[in-house]
Amino acid sequence: MREHSADVAQDFSNVDRAALLADLGRLLPATALLHEAEDLKPYECDGLSAYRQLPLAVALPETEAQVVAVIKACRTAGVPVVARGAGTGLSAGALPHPQGVVLSLAKMKRILHVDPVARVAVVQPGVRNLAISEAAAPFGLYYAPDPSSQIACTIGGNVAENSGGVHCLKYGLTVHNVLRVRAVTIDGEVVEFGNHGLDAPGYDLLALLIGSEGLLAVTTEVTVKLVPKPELAQVIMASFDDVMKAGEAVAAVIAAGIIPAGLEMMDKPATAAVEPYVKAGYDLNAEAILLCESDGTAEEVAEEIAAMRAVLEGSGATEIRVSTSEAERLRFWAGRKAAFPAAGRISADYYCMDGTIPRKRLGEMLTAITQMEKKYGLRCINVFHAGDGNLHPLILYDANIEGELERTEAFGAEILKLSVDLGGTITGEHGVGFEKINSMCDQFASDELRAFHAVKRAFDPGGLLNPEKAIPTLHRCAEFGRMHVHGGQIKFPELERL
Amino acid sequence: MIDQFRSRILERKPLRIRGGGSKDFYGGPLVGEFLDARAHAGIVSYEPTELVVTARCGTPVEEIKSALAARRQFLPFEPPVFGNATIGGAVAAGLSGPRRAAVGSLRDYVLGVQIMDGEGRVLKFGGEVMKNVAGFDVSRLMAGSLGTLGLILEVSLKVLPLPVAEATLRFELPQDKALEAMNRWAGQPLPVAATCWQDGVLSLQLAGARAAVDSACVKLGGERVEDAEAFWTSLREQSADFFAGPSDNAPLWRLSLPSVTPSLDLPGPQLIEWGGAQRWLRGEFDATTLREKVGAGVTAFRGASQEQRAAGVFGTLPTPVMEIHRRLKQGFDPYGVFNPGRLYPEF
Repeated sequence: MREHSADVAQDFSNVDRAALLADLGRLLPATALLHEAEDLKPYECDGLSAYRQLPLAVALPETEAQVVAVIKACRTAGVPVVARGAGTGLSAGALPHPQGVVLSLAKMKRILHVDPVARVAVVQPGVRNLAISEAAAPFGLYYAPDPSSQIACTIGGNVAENSGGVHCLKYGLTVHNVLRVRAVTIDGEVVEFGNHGLDAPGYDLLALLIGSEGLLAVTTEVTVKLVPKPELAQVIMASFDDVMKAGEAVAAVIAAGIIPAGLEMMDKPATAAVEPYVKAGYDLNAEAILLCESDGTAEEVAEEIAAMRAVLEGSGATEIRVSTSEAERLRFWAGRKAAFPAAGRISADYYCMDGTIPRKRLGEMLTAITQMEKKYGLRCINVFHAGDGNLHPLILYDANIEGELERTEAFGAEILKLSVDLGGTITGEHGVGFEKINSMCDQFASDELRAFHAVKRAFDPGGLLNPEKAIPTLHRCAEFGRMHVHGGQIKFPELERL
Repeated sequence: MIDQFRSRILERKPLRIRGGGSKDFYGGPLVGEFLDARAHAGIVSYEPTELVVTARCGTPVEEIKSALAARRQFLPFEPPVFGNATIGGAVAAGLSGPRRAAVGSLRDYVLGVQIMDGEGRVLKFGGEVMKNVAGFDVSRLMAGSLGTLGLILEVSLKVLPLPVAEATLRFELPQDKALEAMNRWAGQPLPVAATCWQDGVLSLQLAGARAAVDSACVKLGGERVEDAEAFWTSLREQSADFFAGPSDNAPLWRLSLPSVTPSLDLPGPQLIEWGGAQRWLRGEFDATTLREKVGAGVTAFRGASQEQRAAGVFGTLPTPVMEIHRRLKQGFDPYGVFNPGRLYPEF
């Protein structure tokens, strides 16, 4: 078997498609195997449609045994395997490999067990995020992480991406809310990571697996933690005449000892984009608005809303409105949650970035983005998970205009580079995927990338699971590094330049 | 300091990494030459409004706790200090205190690490931000790895504001009723912070907004205990009689179980924490028999014999999982320098 290497990408060009299809045809019912071009088309991209590639085949197993069989066949034949949930990802993590099989877990969508006393749900990977909370609702429980795509995205995909959401400052990410993952290794072994207790013996492989973007194993079952649904939630909408002041208000809320259930910021171009679309009642004169949510018991919420209100007023909010009903609360949120589709309405295309920075550097980032808008001749609207410093600048462009996509990609890469320089990261929750693989060379030195490849080899020595995603080879970084020489220092001095 | 660490590591001889030495009793036998991590100490940065503290490995946990307390913040996972723990040792051991079931574990609060690997290279993973999915989560992998993958040089941890209000309630309940109550309360929107059952008494710590704590006290009843901090500290630090008392010489076993596991029919005293998910047991037991009875989450935590420690106190792993462990070890520490045998006899 070929060895996964940190240095160069593997060559899969000798994969025998006919033999592979014959193998898979023996293992799967006809309805669970797609190989005609028109059937493969829906799988050519995920939520980031700028990158497209047809796979050799799509396997849609209905059971774990079929997953094992497909993986074993691919391993024997040396064929790449790209696992896929609902395909809502935003970093081309589920982009097919041209010589590979897409392994869709979409048909494995049964909720196996909801235990209200133990407060856990055991589900198959294709179960939608929101469906878990719906199943838990009769018991006054829910699954906390709520990515914007929660109506459609699957828990298997959430595990792969370590998905967040607007409430993760208080309730954590996927990694904080998953107790156990059952998965199939590239060797076809069924392995359990974590358990129904609060920790497991040995290395914390569950933490490694969550957010591993399909590079380490294929999830076939997940146990999630369910938490009590708060009695009440209320949100404050605060206007600011200056984006910096809004940023300082966020710091002031935290400094006051408050961890809001949600803390989001939108700049003026963002509110202007969403308001005609959702009529959330946003203050269109404000340079920035903050949405600051409290949840808990009625007494708790009253106490916290009063405290947050005082801090926001003290931070120079020009207008403050507190939701007075659940309908109003949802309307205030509707605008924020509709930011991406709204961008799609005012622009032919948009490109969503996902860097995270220490909150105190927000001003520098926003000033730099304004300058980049001029430099690249493109508009950018900004929505932030302000509480945790995760930024989603949406760059507006038109792919049909020659050169705009390239300018947009350069704009985005510059934002990510700056995120790293400001002490942050290139991706807070959307993952690296194929999209940000070059930016990984900005964030990590070659020794760190080697360590990531060692982790990859520990699970997948042959490098068949989602190759060429998430972790760049040193060769790729060396090529990319020719353009990015920092402070006169070449980042990968040990590699020969081509 | 970093250069001294590196030159020791490059000798490729087994090293026993040690901070405060407060957990020398824990895990496999202590093998190799002593490498003192305490000299690399100090808080590197602390930004209360960013909710992040970064400290070098040798920083005493108490020093970090004091710095946070001065800004009314804390480490919610409450690592045991056991006298003089360092933050590097705390992360390597991965142990969490009484609030774990409610607020999460040490691992949940790790945001980033800087380590030196077995080839003397300084590597940084994660960072100082809450949300970061770039690369595999090697930072959290370090939590509980018992120093077997690398020398932790620096860690960044998420911190939280101290709760505004706290209260402790006590209930006289037999074990099965206490387990039922702990699981029931955890499923309700109550500000439960910690639970502990022992000898027919269930202690419940509430923490959160003043109004929430007050209304929970009214709703739940029980006996209000004033000045309960010493009690929770004695639990976290294992200075309570159960851990340190008359049965001093009896080994201490830690059982990690689903919280709903019914009362265990085992001889010897038991103490229950974490809403039922962590149970402590004192007495002479055969580890294999105990694991057959209650599952894989059995650790010979304290007081194991040298033979038991050499055979491994954490049990055995399924073969494919052990194989992943071996390869990870090989990747980070190819010459087997770091704490050999401390986690598993196999490496």
